[in-house]
Amino acid sequence: MSETAKSIVISAKNLYKTYQSSQSEPVIALQDVNLDVYAGEFISLIGPSGCGKSTLLRLIADLTKASSGELLVNGKTPYEARLRREYGMAFQSATLYEWRNVSQNVQLPLEVMGYPKKQRIQRAQEMLDLVELGAFGNHYPWQLSGGMQQRVAIARALAFEPSLLLMDEPFGALDEFTRERMNMELLRIWERTGITVIFVTHSISEAVFLSSRVVVMSPRPGRITKVVENNVPYPRVFETRETPAFFERVTEVRELLRDAHEA
Amino acid sequence: MEQKTSLGVLGGRYVPTILVAVSVLVLWEGIITIGNIQQFLLPKPSVIFGELWYEITLFFGSGSRSALFDAAGATLWEALGGIVLGCGGGFLVALVTARWTIVNEAVMPLAIAANSVPIIAFAPIMNNWFGITNPFSKMAIVAIIVFFPMMINTVRGLTLVDPLQLELMYSYGAKPFKILFALRLPNALPYIFSALRVASSLSVIGAVVAEFFGGPRATLGVFITQEASGFNFSRAWAAIIVASVIGISLYLLVLFAERRLMSWHSSLREKG
Repeated sequence: MSETAKSIVISAKNLYKTYQSSQSEPVIALQDVNLDVYAGEFISLIGPSGCGKSTLLRLIADLTKASSGELLVNGKTPYEARLRREYGMAFQSATLYEWRNVSQNVQLPLEVMGYPKKQRIQRAQEMLDLVELGAFGNHYPWQLSGGMQQRVAIARALAFEPSLLLMDEPFGALDEFTRERMNMELLRIWERTGITVIFVTHSISEAVFLSSRVVVMSPRPGRITKVVENNVPYPRVFETRETPAFFERVTEVRELLRDAHEA
Repeated sequence: MEQKTSLGVLGGRYVPTILVAVSVLVLWEGIITIGNIQQFLLPKPSVIFGELWYEITLFFGSGSRSALFDAAGATLWEALGGIVLGCGGGFLVALVTARWTIVNEAVMPLAIAANSVPIIAFAPIMNNWFGITNPFSKMAIVAIIVFFPMMINTVRGLTLVDPLQLELMYSYGAKPFKILFALRLPNALPYIFSALRVASSLSVIGAVVAEFFGGPRATLGVFITQEASGFNFSRAWAAIIVASVIGISLYLLVLFAERRLMSWHSSLREKG
């Protein structure tokens, strides 16, 4: 492992986030978070609700500000990284604009960023092909299933070729079967594009199946318990879930989560 | 083929409505004939529609004028002018109000209160301001009546945006203007159309009632009061029917535009 040779995409040092509330004590959402993410990694953030996994993702996305500590995205502040469009984002709900058809939804970020129309249409088609929805450009979101909508959201997040993909429980609302298919698809895209992914989830098997490292977090106050190196070999396929190595990692993460919960 | 079936379904859907309407008219005609009710209390539908037909022949006949349709034209003009001024103004004020939270918080309670005021009571004041025969005195009433529903609804549509959809725009580093045109306005469209639907029916009510307080002879409100005071109740009823047809037509026009522009919206999707 020559991780030192790889460039650092995200660097968090002594990161704190507290929410002031007028009635009660301030809530510590994140306490002393230290984490380095390298280019091309697939990182999952996992933990029970209130562990700060979504908060950490939102800090990286500059959707909320840290209370103290240092956070760099591609060597810049999250604010600068956001304005330079260095990350694409996918939320738990597909958040498609219902008045736009599928192709126009994928074009949205390109439109905001001022790409010429011809290039927008072409790029949207490429992205839809990538998520295997090439024939659905003229459909409207309501005509698609939940899994298809989420694939459109991923196509939209990747449309402007960001180096970083931030995903906040993107498959949380899908049924188990669809979720496993989406996981395969996401890994395929990740391997093809070489993009760095930060993936928030509360499914242990999903985290282990997808990630190169699993960041296990615990609540009250939200903090990182341990970063689990996941040596289950890529490419991961359907049968990967039935291998002893996979089972071992799942067990390790599960025990870490249980210990954190009892502590 | 597809067109044909959907038209057939559409026609089928309205059959019960048409049956009820026809039955009411037949019952009305029958009760007055059998009960020997005086015509000045309630004219027969056949007499009212005869009166209407007479005015239609005058309207289309060469060299003749229909007093009823002259009046209808004037009232329609007041209603349309009022809608354009009031809805346009309400929309523009809403854009400003929604942009600044402080303005929004200060103005919205006032707008909601103003929306509950019986604006029609200002009709004599408007007559005094703009002149009793000036169509603008009626337009002003209509404009004020439709202003508040349009403003309140547009503000809601512009501000009640899914936070995730806003964050998505924010993540692209989108400028406020881009967010307005790509997100807030499309999001407000259903609210705006619901205000337009309210405005289309309120506008004719507002214009006719404002005319009751005085106006030029050739307006529906004045036509109705004059014919009623001259005991020509069948002509007054014919005018009421024309006013209703104008109100319903405006409403259908809005509905049609809504279907064209908002086919994506959940309320207008074909039921599967």
